[in-house]
Amino acid sequence: MYYIDPHIHMVSRTTDDYETLSKMGCVAVSEPAFWAGYDRGSVDGFRDYFEQLTAFEPKRAAAYGIQHYTWLCINAKEAENVALSREVIAMIPGFLDRPGVLGIGEIGLNKNTRNEVIVFLEHVELAVQTDEQILIHTPHLEDKYQGTRMILDMLCDDRRLSRERVLVDHVEEHTVRHVLDAGFWAGMTLYPVSKCTPARAVNMVEMYGPERLLVNSAGDWGPSKPTAVPDFILELRRRGHPESLIRRIVYENPLGFFGQSRGFVFESPLLEEQQAAR
Amino acid sequence: MHPAPAIEQEFLPLRAKLLEIAAALDRIDRAGWSKGQDPRAERIRAAIELLGDSRGDRAEQIQLVFSRPYEEDWQGEFRITRSE
Repeated sequence: MYYIDPHIHMVSRTTDDYETLSKMGCVAVSEPAFWAGYDRGSVDGFRDYFEQLTAFEPKRAAAYGIQHYTWLCINAKEAENVALSREVIAMIPGFLDRPGVLGIGEIGLNKNTRNEVIVFLEHVELAVQTDEQILIHTPHLEDKYQGTRMILDMLCDDRRLSRERVLVDHVEEHTVRHVLDAGFWAGMTLYPVSKCTPARAVNMVEMYGPERLLVNSAGDWGPSKPTAVPDFILELRRRGHPESLIRRIVYENPLGFFGQSRGFVFESPLLEEQQAAR
Repeated sequence: MHPAPAIEQEFLPLRAKLLEIAAALDRIDRAGWSKGQDPRAERIRAAIELLGDSRGDRAEQIQLVFSRPYEEDWQGEFRITRSE
């Protein structure tokens, strides 16, 4: 089963992980810009990071047969610094035409503060002005419900947005219905403790169906499992779900969502799909 | 291929998870956990009560027990204009 991980932070993983992912059927990864675990000190730090995401990381992935795509932003944790955020946002357009750049992300909220909201709205404005897709981080743990509702309020207030081009990520049982009912894509992140498990993600598939649902590992520098999507595939199989449903969620849905980005150029691993594309 | 019924697949993992919860609660009790002293303790009690609910949305309801409330008028409180 070929799959795509729509949200994984490979800059924080070794090439051992690329090798493992490739062996397990991963053919592409989508990597949003994230918090490195510390607050960067200047816009130059972000410039170097964007260079890493757009130039170096795709080469590292390609060595293992994996196609790499990326999103750009200043993340919600560092958005409390509005002045720095505005410098970063001003720099982003210079990277948007690089190969593999899919849009603005992962923007969002962290502790749901006023400054975070300001910076979120300025990222959305940038996405509208440049006609880019948006990938959104919803807060962790006790802040998730409140932050997701606030994010949806802001998105739904903006009639310029095409909701089918926006992914609201890290949904869980108390937020998924709100995201789907509003017409956005919903991403389920599989983390050992602080987010969803494969079993709970499959429960949500069974309750809401596969439409506009994605699943990801969000593998990063903290406790996470880059091979979580294959765990999800296994859970679906254990429950007797058909391969067509599995393929829909882990391969076709990511292609459908990312295919809306002008930066998404994908070479299918399947011969018949390659021939059809020519 | 016929998968095992849900109860058969879930019984042993559920048993293990319930034992973990029970053991963790025992440990907290040994450490002197008292009602009313820690709001987290109250949330845990509320979540455990919800496990006995049979409406089919226990996971969602327990998530909300551990969530900060959403205020519909938050934009008014923040006083943000789009041009800011």
